[in-house]
Amino acid sequence: MTSDESPSGAPQRATPPHGGTPPHGGTHPQGDTPPHGDTPTGSHHAGRAGERSVAAAFALSMAAALGLAVVYWRGGQPQLEGTFLALALGGLGVGLALWARYFMPHEDVEEARKPIASTEEEIELFREEFEQGERILTRRKLLVRLAGGSLATLGAALLFPIRSLGPRPGKGFKSTPYRQGLRLVTSDGRPIKAADVAVDNVLTVFPEGHVDEGDTPTLLIRPSGTNRPRPGREQWTPDGLIAYSKLCTHVGCPVGLYQAGEHLLLCPCHQSTFAVLDGAKPLFGPAARSLPQLPLRIDAKGYVVAAGDFSGPPGPGFWDRDRP
Amino acid sequence: MSPAATPGATAATTPGATPARRRAARRRPRRSRLVTRRVARWIDERVGSASVVRTALGKVFPDHWSFLIGEIALYAFVVLVLTGTYLTFFFRASQQEVIYRGSYAPLRGVRMTEAYRSAIDISFDVRAGLVMRQMHHWAAVLFVAAIVVHLMRVFFTGAFRRPRELNWMVGVTLLILAIFNGFAGYSLLDDQLSGTGLRIAYSITLSIPVAGTWLASLLFGGEFPGPDIISRLTVIHILLIPAVITLLLVVHLALVVRQKHTQFAGRGRREDNVVGTPVWPTFMFKSLGLFLITAAVLAALGGLAQINPIWLYGPFRPAQVSAASQPDWYMGWLDGALRLYPGWELRAGGFEVPAPFFPAVLLAGVTFGLLYAWPFLEARRTRDLEVHHLLDRPRDRPVRTALGVATLAFYVVLTLSGSSDVTATTFGLSINSVLMALRIAVLSAPVVSGIVAYRLCIELQARDRARQAHRAHPEHRAGSAGDRPAGRTSAGGASVPPAALAREPRQGVGEEHQRRQQQPPAEQEPVGHEGHRGGDGERPDARRR
Ligand code: HEM
Ligand code: FES
Repeated sequence: MTSDESPSGAPQRATPPHGGTPPHGGTHPQGDTPPHGDTPTGSHHAGRAGERSVAAAFALSMAAALGLAVVYWRGGQPQLEGTFLALALGGLGVGLALWARYFMPHEDVEEARKPIASTEEEIELFREEFEQGERILTRRKLLVRLAGGSLATLGAALLFPIRSLGPRPGKGFKSTPYRQGLRLVTSDGRPIKAADVAVDNVLTVFPEGHVDEGDTPTLLIRPSGTNRPRPGREQWTPDGLIAYSKLCTHVGCPVGLYQAGEHLLLCPCHQSTFAVLDGAKPLFGPAARSLPQLPLRIDAKGYVVAAGDFSGPPGPGFWDRDRP
Repeated sequence: MSPAATPGATAATTPGATPARRRAARRRPRRSRLVTRRVARWIDERVGSASVVRTALGKVFPDHWSFLIGEIALYAFVVLVLTGTYLTFFFRASQQEVIYRGSYAPLRGVRMTEAYRSAIDISFDVRAGLVMRQMHHWAAVLFVAAIVVHLMRVFFTGAFRRPRELNWMVGVTLLILAIFNGFAGYSLLDDQLSGTGLRIAYSITLSIPVAGTWLASLLFGGEFPGPDIISRLTVIHILLIPAVITLLLVVHLALVVRQKHTQFAGRGRREDNVVGTPVWPTFMFKSLGLFLITAAVLAALGGLAQINPIWLYGPFRPAQVSAASQPDWYMGWLDGALRLYPGWELRAGGFEVPAPFFPAVLLAGVTFGLLYAWPFLEARRTRDLEVHHLLDRPRDRPVRTALGVATLAFYVVLTLSGSSDVTATTFGLSINSVLMALRIAVLSAPVVSGIVAYRLCIELQARDRARQAHRAHPEHRAGSAGDRPAGRTSAGGASVPPAALAREPRQGVGEEHQRRQQQPPAEQEPVGHEGHRGGDGERPDARRR
């Protein structure tokens, strides 16, 4: 901390900093009642009571610290540790605060405020000295320019390591591992037969070999109502099974809740609601887009397999999501 | 500490002590003082510290309860660093998959990352680990809360005005960093809740036009969840942001010392002085007491109040989500904004700006942008470019107060919206109607509360005026005004601009701006802010001493 008081570092404390009488304050203003009653010169009675309360606070702190040590020693117990630590710290804190309250001066002390800005002279002096140095520099114009240039080049070159932080956002952002013929599996890797999904039930599934990856969670649903497929998706729902990406198109939470009665999917994060029978279009909430649908097939062995990738990139939107 | 800095040492003896005790008491300090003195001298010969420390110890801090809030924020940060350091000894920032075999039975045999396992171990198998973890989290909660309340104090009293605009901006930066670091902190643990939060953060990053995918990829090291996110967050959380926060705190406090604290008017408190308690010893003891009490409250919370019970959430799985998952309170407004903003997005030519961009990126940008710019916006509007060291009372600045209250109302509604589903289920309402009500409230509450606040200010001003008229002592006034002509060069040769010295009479606010222009404030009768002090503003009697 530097002394901003005066160049000489002369003491400013407590005494009125200027020649005149202060409107208020001074270290020992006679006859002024301090706001908090007792002071070093206060009454003996209050002094003793004050000392007793400070001493009690410190004693409590000490006892609690000992208690804390014992609790640790005996293996620890969170509630007791917290309580003892709180008492040890609190006793000390209250003791110090009471000490200040009972036995330290409270009368107001005044300090003058000087203007913060430098005086014109100081600025002038600074400018002169600075410009003197500057003139030495600017005599070598070419060198100044080259130094600037090399600094800028170095700065630019140093930006490149940022590139190492992550791969180029390529196709991965728009596609998932789903391919024609890839089996759907549960989270423990078990492939699924059409009959495994009961009416009005929903299963969370993944492309085989890609369980628990960021963009693969899929909902496999067998709704009791009749599906109203979008044009081109008529063949995507073999045996009454429909599959949608489980990632909300809002900000990507897993759409966890299926209300079988109304055939609605509900996102627990911000309550977006999607209509299962209408291509999972959003009915309510902040999501702007339908959940991408996964074209399904049943393979020769009766397993449910993908007939391609999702109808769009799963999860939240981004700048060029609709570009090829 | 230099011996010179011990001003008028208080008598060590207490009444009623035996002579022997008293003698001992006199002797003991002398011996220890010799040692202290020698150490102080040794240091001074090498550093020349005496006069500097003396000046520092003589600094004066005005007393007001609202000035303690910033200190609480500082002390919460100290607790964060201490408890956080303890946690780093045990936390493993790794996404390596392991099988849990620790002492928490329900999770035994479960596949999880090392990060999550180490956090569970801290909670169950490290002695005092759980208390430290919970203290750390509570301290984070308190840290941000104290910063926000501190910011409100500074805003409503106009403490950000010239020359303190710079420190206001440092403060806003600290708020942003505190929020970021809190989020980074609870995202480290790789439990279900933090994973969901990270997924949302990732999606918000993605929503940024043009650069979104690049930014997300660089930040997460690839597509979500990314192989490195936990270790990166750890570096950010325990090194990068805390270092910057520490640096900015130093700047923040150095500026407070350099510019000296503001004060409310009254009782000899003027633009050209600062009146309060000196650092040594009273303020230092009180402040140290406050630190310990803050730490004590956090310890009690850490021991007795559960927070973030990650063992109940389970390890993160991208396909799962815990229903009704709530972020820490300081992220609530963002979550609420994401819920209230309808699914409106911009699409053109195959490009799109997805809906979350507006309530998340844009709203946050505008919020913090306006916060940064506020001192300059206000100065521009009121044409008030003077230096101010005396604080405003909120009622005397009805427009500012109303705007502040309206803004607060907006964010309070957003924060409430962050738990709209909980509200709906608690009160048996449909989530749709709750959402609609909140959408209406977020637009209307600011307007209504702003108008109410404005009216209230005017009302309070009128009441002050009435009280003053009732108590007016014309002789007194004339005397004091004549004694010290406002705006004159004040004591010590420090010249303060006249307009800065003058207090303004309370008037209708509509004319606030013009008044400042038309009337040279120096001409005004110094009725000042003494009303709330309960004392006579100028106290001619006090000046006799
Ligand atoms: C600057 C303000 C800081 C804030 C707001 C903050 C906030 C948080 C939060 C909310 C958590 C989650 C805690 C939990 O629920 O378990 C956390 C965890 C953690 N923090 Fe901090 N923190 C801060 C500073 C620090 C510092 C300075 C360090 C280390 C020197 C640190 C080290 C850690 C570690 C290692 C963890 C994870 C371990 C665990 O909690 O089990 N933090 N932090
Ligand atoms: S993530 Fe589904 S509604 Fe927000």
